[in-house]
Amino acid sequence: MLSVANLACERDERVLFANLAFTVAAGSLWQVQGANGSGKTTLLRILAGLNGDYSGELQWQGKVCSEVRTEYQQALFFLGHAPSVNRTLTPLQNLRWFCALQGFADDAAIHSALNEHGLRGYADIPCYQMSAGQQRRVSLARLSLTSAKLWILDEPFTALDRVGVAELEARVSRHAAAGGAVILTTHHPLQTQHPLTVLNLDALRPEAA
Amino acid sequence: MWQWFYKLGSPRYFYEMTTGFVPWLARATFLLLAIGLVWGLGFAPPDYQMGDNYRIIYIHVPTASGAIWIYAMMAVMAAMHMIWNIKVADMVAKSCALIGASFCAVALVTGAFWGKPTWGTYWIWDAKLTATLILFFVYVGVMALRSAFDSETAASKAASVLTLVGVVNLPIIYYAAYWWNTLHQRSSELGVRDASANPPEIWIPAVFSGFGLIGLIFVIIILHTRNEILLRERRAQWVQELVKQETGNA
Amino acid sequence: MSRVALGLGASLRATLRRELQLAISSPGKIVNPLMFFVIASSLFPLSGRLDIDVLGSIAPGIIWVTALLAVMLSMESLFRSDYDDGSLEQLLLSPQPLYFHVLIKVLGHWLVTGLPLVVVAPLLGLLLNLPAQGYVPLLIGLVLGTPTLSLIAAIGTALTVALARSGVLLAVLVLPLSIPVLVFGAGVVDTALNGLPVAGVIALLAALLVLALSFAPLAIVAALRINVQ
Repeated sequence: MLSVANLACERDERVLFANLAFTVAAGSLWQVQGANGSGKTTLLRILAGLNGDYSGELQWQGKVCSEVRTEYQQALFFLGHAPSVNRTLTPLQNLRWFCALQGFADDAAIHSALNEHGLRGYADIPCYQMSAGQQRRVSLARLSLTSAKLWILDEPFTALDRVGVAELEARVSRHAAAGGAVILTTHHPLQTQHPLTVLNLDALRPEAA
Repeated sequence: MWQWFYKLGSPRYFYEMTTGFVPWLARATFLLLAIGLVWGLGFAPPDYQMGDNYRIIYIHVPTASGAIWIYAMMAVMAAMHMIWNIKVADMVAKSCALIGASFCAVALVTGAFWGKPTWGTYWIWDAKLTATLILFFVYVGVMALRSAFDSETAASKAASVLTLVGVVNLPIIYYAAYWWNTLHQRSSELGVRDASANPPEIWIPAVFSGFGLIGLIFVIIILHTRNEILLRERRAQWVQELVKQETGNA
Repeated sequence: MSRVALGLGASLRATLRRELQLAISSPGKIVNPLMFFVIASSLFPLSGRLDIDVLGSIAPGIIWVTALLAVMLSMESLFRSDYDDGSLEQLLLSPQPLYFHVLIKVLGHWLVTGLPLVVVAPLLGLLLNLPAQGYVPLLIGLVLGTPTLSLIAAIGTALTVALARSGVLLAVLVLPLSIPVLVFGAGVVDTALNGLPVAGVIALLAALLVLALSFAPLAIVAALRINVQ
């Protein structure tokens, strides 16, 4: 689905990675590993098309990503460090806007997504009254609403409790098993049913080799 | 032509090409300025109306109109940087901001020195003065925005966007300044008389100093850009070899 | 399935609704620029012993300058929370045409911050002794001019959204670019007070608005992409 060729990025005079090449196939689950500051977030944001400060080529279904931007963005779900949840709005208002940006409206689906993520009864509570973990769940409820094939998740387990972590592990496994693809970063040892491909940025760094 | 253009976009090629060229340009500039200024300030006959005060035009007029053209050049560079991601274009744009703001400042200060004996005041809200002042503000904004970012890439892209917004806005600003002036019925006293009405002893030195200042613009921009190239490419092998060579010779 | 596909119009309405909901849930966003407008304008008569007719003749300028500052200050928050909480990433990565979403966001913000200024302006006219024939031109000018100011300020906000303390920088960027709107806006009132026809100046203000509507969103989108990396 997504293939990367000859990708290099440097930041503040430091080579984060160079000559990076890999292909994320349908049905695969990728974990990007590396120490703090190794460029995991940068890599994910480059893959999502947010960061354009790199050299190399990104291809989506065999076509250059920047040339099929809309098509690529339709197929992509990205979740960064920040939960993308507005604290003054309610979960329902937050998710309605998300759905509208994806081009649909479906309140029933939003309610069932919230229920699925353990937020039954919270639909109309302003998010600032909720805990960090609950806000993260609002954010992750989007996974039940999006029809994107490729998920790119930066530290999605942050602030989740043990049950939430297990649920998310199961969710990404199911998505990969159903023919989707997931690229994520985490510092916690993943326990997934689906086979995991690890991309270790520390091991790839030129001076480490 | 395109290939040359493309090559000039490479910092290394720009640096190497200008190495031999810049000393000659600097000499020519010095010569033109020396002739223009010594002749203009020292030997040209005094004006029948303004006496010796008019001599400030040998600096004032070229800096004032230069400031506008430098903005145009900066805008072209910003566009090239945004569209083709040419790094040298951005470095030139950065130099343009600095020298453009300086030219505005010189034009405003010399204008004030000219205004005091001529109109009896350092400043009037004349259309030209107002527009030059606003142009100065816009230059300052571009420089302030660039220096506010930590990341070089973000800084240069942001400065480019603001430069291009400014280029849409500047004609409107100039028009607004003139319109506002007529609304308030201030006559444009700074109207420079038709150049050909002046005797050649007055306008020929002006041509020299004008071309001299154009040369000066390019000399400063090229030197500034060369510094910027060395700074940004300091980890590139060719720069390190160059430094080794220079320090070896010293 | 209850899923309804939305066209561009409906999804723009969702962005507008969100902008209005955000304003309602923090009323300070509406009230503070308004109070700034009133307080700053009332400083001028207090700052010197001004002849009442002189005050009336500079009233359009005072109102326009403080309106310009109020719009700029109110715009600072336009993308701030969306940048901080990551919503801006979702907007930039959505398959929607950003040009229109950004435009509707600015106009939504103008509805809750700029429009109230227009409504309060006549009151300030009274305080500042604005002559009677100046009120209608003042209102027409503000209706046409404040959206332009909002769009220009939004460019500045978008350019500085990634910078932690951007207040003064924003002013340095935005104020010079806003000068034409100020000149023509205050000029509408001045022209009317001089007994001259105002249609031409109003047309100029309208032209500036059209120009800003067409180009500002492009600059805003480009600026946001630079800042969200």
